[in-house]
Amino acid sequence: MIWLTWRQFRPQAITAAGALIVMATVLAVTGPGLASAYTAAGLPACHASCATIAGNFIDGIGGFDHLLYFASIALMYLAPALMGLFWGAPLIAREFEAGTHRIAWNQSVTRTRWTFVKLGLVGLAAVATAGLLSLMVTWWASPIDHAASLAGGSVQVAAGGGTGVHSTWFVETWLEPAIFAARGVVPLGYAAFAFALGVITGVLLRRTLPAMAVTLVAFAVIQVVVPNAVRPHLLPPAHYTAPLKLQDAPIQASVNAATGQVSGIGFTAPFAKPGAWVLSDVVIAPSGAELSDIVISPSGVDFTVPPKACVPTPGSGIPSAVDCRSTLAAMHLRQSVTYQPASRFWPLQWIETGIYLVLAAGLGWACAWQVRRRRQA
Amino acid sequence: MTKTTAAIEARGLGKRYGHRWALADCTLAIPAGHVAGLVGPNGAGKTTLISLATGMLAPTTGTVEVLGGRPTGGPGQLARVGYVAQDTPTYAGLSVADHLRLGAHLNPRWDAGLARRRIEQLGLDPRQKAGELSGGQRAQLALTLALAKRPELLILDEPIASLDPLARREFLQVLMNATAEQELSVVISSHQVADLERVSDYLIVLVASRVRIDGEVDGLLATHHLLTGPRRDAARLPASQQVISESHAGRQSTFLVRSSEPITDPAWTVEEVSLEDLVLAYMGHTSAGASDTRTLEVRR
Repeated sequence: MIWLTWRQFRPQAITAAGALIVMATVLAVTGPGLASAYTAAGLPACHASCATIAGNFIDGIGGFDHLLYFASIALMYLAPALMGLFWGAPLIAREFEAGTHRIAWNQSVTRTRWTFVKLGLVGLAAVATAGLLSLMVTWWASPIDHAASLAGGSVQVAAGGGTGVHSTWFVETWLEPAIFAARGVVPLGYAAFAFALGVITGVLLRRTLPAMAVTLVAFAVIQVVVPNAVRPHLLPPAHYTAPLKLQDAPIQASVNAATGQVSGIGFTAPFAKPGAWVLSDVVIAPSGAELSDIVISPSGVDFTVPPKACVPTPGSGIPSAVDCRSTLAAMHLRQSVTYQPASRFWPLQWIETGIYLVLAAGLGWACAWQVRRRRQA
Repeated sequence: MTKTTAAIEARGLGKRYGHRWALADCTLAIPAGHVAGLVGPNGAGKTTLISLATGMLAPTTGTVEVLGGRPTGGPGQLARVGYVAQDTPTYAGLSVADHLRLGAHLNPRWDAGLARRRIEQLGLDPRQKAGELSGGQRAQLALTLALAKRPELLILDEPIASLDPLARREFLQVLMNATAEQELSVVISSHQVADLERVSDYLIVLVASRVRIDGEVDGLLATHHLLTGPRRDAARLPASQQVISESHAGRQSTFLVRSSEPITDPAWTVEEVSLEDLVLAYMGHTSAGASDTRTLEVRR
């Protein structure tokens, strides 16, 4: 059974191995340069103004590495889906389509064993492929990930350095959804799950193409739902509540390009927990009312009583930052942040991987049951 | 081989798809030690019966036993039964040699020498992909796979339906030789009686899930007679003569009767029946709507 599974899987295995070799070569060629730039920037032993150095390092990353950074993230998302589509969905559906299950099920091997060997070997290959890919990408991107963390959370890098409106690119820290799913051990769980999802869909639909379509849609939906609705609650989030401190917050004005008038003023409320995944960040009025944003617009929708000192008046432009800050301070606003601290990265990775592996095992069992059931009333 | 157990034994066997019964309340016993032909019109339930007997399907009602065991009772039971499915599926992407390796890996009783010899006799290139073989070659490959497994019972489901006459003849030739060499029971289904006539020594006529008649071919032929004579009503024939089919043209009547006693009435011209006529008569017999004259009419 092992031989037959391998023989049937060989073309896909060769394709995957080829893709892994190409990816490994590209990353191995560019990775050391990135790592030495990180060292040269003095980030490994950084003590002071790390955020600025890290921001500059990220800003200085070359065009190809920049592209590769995003391509590797995309690949980490795509790889499990592809394995579900091209390894999982056809695994048994193609046998049904070609009628070859009638050969396979009539050799001296029970079909439960047939199912488990196929599932086990190809599933293992999927997990191993995702593991290797994650290992390579996590290693390659670690200078950027570290810098993003040092920069104090999400970094928006402007064309000329510093923060501004015209951002060129955006890096997230490990815990933030875009990166979390593309690093560490979760890709192994995704691969196992996507593969098993493909197989069970194929078993139920008995057609490869519809099974591939359903697998893709279902997996995509799950990949959207889990980071938004499930992952934040895997561990009870931490809370931070403190009087809103705007002393250090830079003031930003939005200017209507057509009229030249100021259309709004915004502060970024400071939250100094580097690498944390902020789930919600709200400003609370003394009344307990939640102010969804501290962007103050001329209409003042966010405040029951708009602080006049902060409202831009037509013609006079941006009000004095000092006046605005002191006005806001007098309002006794509080900042309330719900977040997962950076230290939760590995616990969350293992929990999520575990969940996906358990789900994959459940789906695998369901496959065997479905295949077996066809002979029992 | 235990000749006392049935090759296939079904009791109240039924398979329903939605509201449609593909096979309903089928009770039959196909004895082992024969090359048993399972014939019947399309839709009679032959393929469903075989799919249930090979464990490809689960029955809705009743039970089916193969060589005294459950169809997919375990590796041991699977090893005892060879199965060539309808349209003789093979793995299109695997070579002929790969198929033999598949058989060797998955069957403890695999006879590699036999498999190799058969492939040589067939003149197949072991490196050729099964997807590139002709229909006849594919059928032969599927048969080789089933035979080299060294089963006690070989079940073939319409293996030759889609083959051209020459490939059909070759396939049956190989099957007959193998049956003689390997001492195995065979159950082969077909809706073409002429094909089965060459190989089977036992016959089961299945019409609408019911066994119309079964028995050894020689016995069936010896007890069925074709009577031609002056016009007569079927009711006026002796009770010992069971009328299977009748046709009347002008002043002449033709009856196909089943009788264990010799026909002595001098009014009749008595002819032997061919297996094909016999089967057709039984198939027509059940289509109660006598309007179907095509099947009621006995050809010759």
